[in-house]
Amino acid sequence: MPLYYDDDQAMLADSASDFIREEGSIAKQLRHWRDRDCKDGFGHGLWEQFGEMGFTGILLPEDDGGLGMGQVEANIVLEEIGANLTPSPFLSSSVLAATALKHGSDDTRGRWLPDLVAGKNVYAVAIDEGAKHRPEKIACKAEKSGNGFKLTGKKDFVVYGASAEMIVVAARTSGSESDADGITLFAVPQDASGMSHDSVRLVDSSMASHITFDAVELDGDAVIGEVDGGREILNAMLRAGRVGAAAEGVGVARGAMDMTVDYLKQRKQFGKLIGEFQALQHRAAHLYSEVEIARAVTIKAAQLIDAGSEQAELMTSVAKAKVAKAAGLAVKEGVQMHGGIGMTDEYDIGLYMKRDRALQEFLGDMYYHAGRVAELSGY
Amino acid sequence: MADLEQFRAETRSWLEANCPPEMRKPAEDENDVYWGGRNATFKNDAQKAWFEACRDKGYTVPAWPKAYGGAGLSPAEAKVLREEMARINARPPLSSFGIWMLGPALLHFGTEGQKQRFLNEIARGEIRWCQGYSEPGSGSDLVSMQTFGEDKGDHWIVNGQKIWTSYADEADWIFCLVRTDKDNKYQGITFMLFDMAGDGVSTKPIKLISGNSPFCETFMDDVKVPKSYGEDIPAYVGEINRGWDVAKYLLGHEREMISATGGGDRASSLGAVTSRQGELDPVLRAEMALFDVDALAFTAMSEKFLDEVKVGKGHPAQPNMLKYAGTELNKRRHELLMAAGGSRTLEWESDETEHGKPARSWLRTKANSIEGGTSEVMLNVVAKRILELPGA
Repeated sequence: MPLYYDDDQAMLADSASDFIREEGSIAKQLRHWRDRDCKDGFGHGLWEQFGEMGFTGILLPEDDGGLGMGQVEANIVLEEIGANLTPSPFLSSSVLAATALKHGSDDTRGRWLPDLVAGKNVYAVAIDEGAKHRPEKIACKAEKSGNGFKLTGKKDFVVYGASAEMIVVAARTSGSESDADGITLFAVPQDASGMSHDSVRLVDSSMASHITFDAVELDGDAVIGEVDGGREILNAMLRAGRVGAAAEGVGVARGAMDMTVDYLKQRKQFGKLIGEFQALQHRAAHLYSEVEIARAVTIKAAQLIDAGSEQAELMTSVAKAKVAKAAGLAVKEGVQMHGGIGMTDEYDIGLYMKRDRALQEFLGDMYYHAGRVAELSGY
Repeated sequence: MADLEQFRAETRSWLEANCPPEMRKPAEDENDVYWGGRNATFKNDAQKAWFEACRDKGYTVPAWPKAYGGAGLSPAEAKVLREEMARINARPPLSSFGIWMLGPALLHFGTEGQKQRFLNEIARGEIRWCQGYSEPGSGSDLVSMQTFGEDKGDHWIVNGQKIWTSYADEADWIFCLVRTDKDNKYQGITFMLFDMAGDGVSTKPIKLISGNSPFCETFMDDVKVPKSYGEDIPAYVGEINRGWDVAKYLLGHEREMISATGGGDRASSLGAVTSRQGELDPVLRAEMALFDVDALAFTAMSEKFLDEVKVGKGHPAQPNMLKYAGTELNKRRHELLMAAGGSRTLEWESDETEHGKPARSWLRTKANSIEGGTSEVMLNVVAKRILELPGA
């Protein structure tokens, strides 16, 4: 498969780009909701529009009302979300939760998917336990109780958790904390009794919950997939979510870089455009090189996931780590090259730096994924 | 698609039958590869057998038309052949500046007569070419070059000096930038082709910090270069005084070629290779992991670039970016190899290191980001042509 978009994908990229630049712009979404101290942190109206465009069900089979597309297509949407800093539950709902729900029974899919596809519902995923992403260890426990389960434990960094009608929770049904096996995924409804949210605003104005499960009673049909068989589904979710976060990061990097290169062509000092200075030209050119490489490997990883390749795992971590490097560079150089104005809240470049910081942490940062590249390569 | 899978199956069994086991491990340096030419000798029988099998099949230059010594493979077939060769670690059967550089220039700018003669000679490994570009006073600022060809009607008399001519002492012919109009900087250069066995051409190897001498100084003292070698075989590529167009086109190819050494065909993990030789210090392991991230990501970039070239997508200045990133990566690779290997890699002449291969290779890579356009020049080009920054 060639490493560029085919005609259909190029068309999708065009329409996603036009739509999100128009409706998901920084002024219309990020600043709009942030400046009103919105408790959701995103706009439900835009989410409904995502539903009308079909984006909400992009990864879901047509039988479930989705578009039946793959990771490459989901990433196309995510790159535009990143470039426009659009606050959106798309990654959590339509990539991570949707990947889990694809493995659900007819009943589970029937219960949750139509409202997701319609852009009515938002779903979240609860994986992390602690301030760093360590999905190899899951302590949150679900014990058998009658015909169902009783869920006890804590989860962190549940993005848009307080706004979610349902949360996919990875919990342990057997074994001990570090075991790979013994994990089960649950679809926990918003009104589950015993679940409490401590919803906090993050540096990028998005919202995330610390969730406590205090003996939350769940029906047996809350289980997604098989009891004790959740690890494989979780891994599929993580692959999709990580490469999706990488694509969003590529968008953030692209947005920050474009803004910065434009600025170099406008700002004058010492009677010259600052873009004439070679010291800045070389840094900008190096940045371009890093961002292009990050973009290439992200497309590669998405293609490998769609092809079901065994290389997908490795290249997903390569992509997440490389994007972290490139996007991190883009926002830091962006703020520095903008000078004083880059430090102001009024100017957008700082918003890129904040969003990048949150994306860096989401589903594993550069250090985590570089370490994973080493492990998967056998050293 | 079905045809391509059949081609893959055929290629696989052809390689199985024709690629000797000795040729199925990566070449460690430039001397492990056959370069062809009038005075060439084979290192061993396996190298000879592999070269001859490929030559007869057109696989020294698989994507060139059959009429010029190639196999006429489509881009998709050529990619399959590359993948199948990489799968068994098959070495290139023939390396040469003719294949990488003059060939592409002739395919693009050459006359039918030039293609018939020179491309076939290159494909069959009969003539080894070298490149005469840089001069002592003209490195990054190549267009300031002074080597002059005085017009004598049916021939030129060429005088001047080239430097950094790779393997000039082993080459048969040179493709050489010669000034033919002193009043016109960019449109006063002719891309000449001539035999180095003629009177007035001499070469002197330059000893590098690696102790090796892959480059030469090449001197031209009253060298007589005829304007034609026969019907439809001019002694210059493109037009007289328009050699800069050819040179620029070729530099693009050179940059692609050099950038490919950075990671394009080396998908294997550096950390995995070095950790097998001994435990890595934790911080070095971390450096290896970050390097592997960059190297594997660069592999995807190279693949994307090649895929896009085939369909005419991508920015024409993109090779400059690849050259920059690929060569900087290769330098890092060798820094890490030295660190992982420890004091053993310091040995300059020992048998254990095959005459100081680690150290010499490490030093050799420092030229990667200088030859064919320095990293700084590459960044200038990216800034100007891709980012369109002012005054660059």
